[in-house]
Amino acid sequence: MSDDSDDRARWAELFEISLPAEEVVPQTRRRGLFSRLKDNLTKPRQAISPQLAGIFAPGLITRETWDDLEEALIGADCGMDASLALVEELRDEAQQGRIVNRSEIASGLAAAVVRQMTPEPPRIHIGDGPTVILVVGVNGSGKTTTVGKLAYRLGELGQHVVIGAADTFRAAAIDQLAIWADRSGAQLVRQGPGADPGAVAFDAVASGTARGADVVLIDTAGRLQTQHNLMEELRKVHAVVGKANPEAPHETLLVLDATTGQNGLSQARLFGEAVPLTGVIVTKLDGSAKGGIAVAINRELGIPVKLVGVGERLEDLQPFDAAAYAEAIFSASDAG
Amino acid sequence: MFDTLSDKLQGVFSGLRGRGKLTESDIDQAMRAIRLSLLEADVSLPVVKQLTSAIGERAHGAEVMSSLTPDQQVVKIVNEELANLMGAAAVNMPISPRPPTVVLMAGLQGSGKTTCSAKLARYYQQQGRAPMLVACDVHRPAAAEQLSVLGAQIGVPVHREDGVTDAIGIAERGIAAAKASVRDLVIVDTAGRTVVDEAMMAELVGVRDAVHPTAVVLVLDAMTGQTAVEVAEAFQEAVQFDGAILTKLDGDARGGAALSVRAVTGRPIFFVGTGEKIDALEPFHPDRMASRILGMGDVLSLIERAQQNVDVDSAKDLEKKIMSGGLTLEDFLDQLRQIRKMGPIGQLLGMVPGFRNATKGRDLAIDDRQLDRLEAIIQSMTPGERRRPEMINGSRRQRIAQGSGTSVQEVNQLLAQFKQMRKMMKRFGKGGMPPILGT
Repeated sequence: MSDDSDDRARWAELFEISLPAEEVVPQTRRRGLFSRLKDNLTKPRQAISPQLAGIFAPGLITRETWDDLEEALIGADCGMDASLALVEELRDEAQQGRIVNRSEIASGLAAAVVRQMTPEPPRIHIGDGPTVILVVGVNGSGKTTTVGKLAYRLGELGQHVVIGAADTFRAAAIDQLAIWADRSGAQLVRQGPGADPGAVAFDAVASGTARGADVVLIDTAGRLQTQHNLMEELRKVHAVVGKANPEAPHETLLVLDATTGQNGLSQARLFGEAVPLTGVIVTKLDGSAKGGIAVAINRELGIPVKLVGVGERLEDLQPFDAAAYAEAIFSASDAG
Repeated sequence: MFDTLSDKLQGVFSGLRGRGKLTESDIDQAMRAIRLSLLEADVSLPVVKQLTSAIGERAHGAEVMSSLTPDQQVVKIVNEELANLMGAAAVNMPISPRPPTVVLMAGLQGSGKTTCSAKLARYYQQQGRAPMLVACDVHRPAAAEQLSVLGAQIGVPVHREDGVTDAIGIAERGIAAAKASVRDLVIVDTAGRTVVDEAMMAELVGVRDAVHPTAVVLVLDAMTGQTAVEVAEAFQEAVQFDGAILTKLDGDARGGAALSVRAVTGRPIFFVGTGEKIDALEPFHPDRMASRILGMGDVLSLIERAQQNVDVDSAKDLEKKIMSGGLTLEDFLDQLRQIRKMGPIGQLLGMVPGFRNATKGRDLAIDDRQLDRLEAIIQSMTPGERRRPEMINGSRRQRIAQGSGTSVQEVNQLLAQFKQMRKMMKRFGKGGMPPILGT
């Protein structure tokens, strides 16, 4: 089975689009994100966390094992609270006799990570009118690239996509998006640099509605969550989109760089206060970065991860699968 | 958003006071607080371990055990150890004695290389150098265009070759072009790359070998977590960078990554990026970074900004007026504008020790838009009204409110506050209290 049809199936599932019967791939035969991430992880530098590998090596569990585990989780950017909670969970299991030796910690840990996250597989429902997806995040997290890749995927699934270039601040952001729109066959709604981002967003939704588009993707300028004025501007973009269509935006997704440390929580919290977030997109999860902060965000703020980018290539952006993620990052079972 | 280390230590040590001597376990508890604090600031684990063992040794010593204020003693030790690790003094980026100086920018995707390249060009341009930018990011769409736009904003030429995919060739020809047009500083912007991508790392090595840089600079996001160590090590191994620039430090990231880079590679931080504007690049001060990582504010930077932005003569003038009680709304407006020149008010307040903690990084009570309204109200007054606010009666208030797009209540509030302020100033004047922004 080719990777391509695997991909197609996964994306169709995310957007709840039904594919022709002959295209449907049985769940069991999918390679998927898991193996792709593993592929990336098998590069030399990437023996998953060497620390984890040490912990999972056969042997008796001692107090030191738990300390090492806690450190490994902190090293994956899970943060203190989530790391302690995970270790606590596993310790309980060990006390109840369900984990006896160190090699069993691996599968136990992956399962515990999944339990800390939203259990349902992610969905982005595409309704009748255009579904409006607002993409927000700090500078350099990868918003524009993600919007471009999303447009491409949606296009592949036969969706009519309009992109709103509401990042009117960063030099050449509009040009960057224009190139992506070109590649994906999406229509680009743009104004000049420095234009009011709210106006661009409104135009995009209005134009998407008029043209009968299925999805409107709105790219916004990067902003640090502590910049009051820029966060107010974002609030306004969100409100203006609601004026063009009272139900919009249907999704507001925070793009989060997987290399981000504990500041990620502040990002999710403060962006969420300005515009209600429906999901997180983790980018640049290449193995060197473990993206544990997304676990902490999901656990503490209840915002699920919907998409994950494991590399630069177009096909490296994938719908999120908690079990696959947990296994690839936190279980060393097949690594190296 | 996190408690500062000093708050945490106070928590540990409070309740111990008056109980006489500290025990070893009290100190161990403090050490855990320190560890947690450093980890929350994104200092990498191996570096945290190294630090805590150094701090632990000293904390168990007599200076803390016998102190009446053990929390402050411990904070002092932590601060010293952090500063030690960061290096004592600011380190300048090397400049070649035989121009042109060539600077190679490297880093992960989205760390801010392109913006930083332009900021660096701006910084040295203002010091009298003639910079040139070379766009070697052949991977991200429109990256060269971004550099061109930034270059045009600051009047710095940009060497770009559209449609060419050979970064090494562009770099070579860029250097040649710089020499031909007698530029003395060439900044080579490269594509972002992950350290696991061998082909991309090889490309970077190729560019470096082609341009013989005076300095290879690693651009690192201040929000980077535990990966900072791996990233720094990988770039060190591949291209032996000479120093780093820490970007996006204007947010609420503690920037523990700075410490990790230094500890693991021994390389200094040259600059920090502190804002969206193209001149928001400042030399790095190790001692201040230590305070920031501990969440203890940055008074020195605040003072420095005040000195840069406040005009000494007008400050002296103002001092006289305050002393004599003759402060007018015009002076007040002047003052307001001078403070605002120093940067967004929230950022300024963030430098005040304890302030970030008090607000937990949330919306600040004073935001720039409120100041906009104050300015609008005062500007809607006639010069006479500004000089003699007591003449502003009911109908004038209404006019001012309408003119400024505010309400009569807001105008009243401003006038009442101003009256109060003038009264207080008069009292200070008599008592000889030093003025706010005095020299």
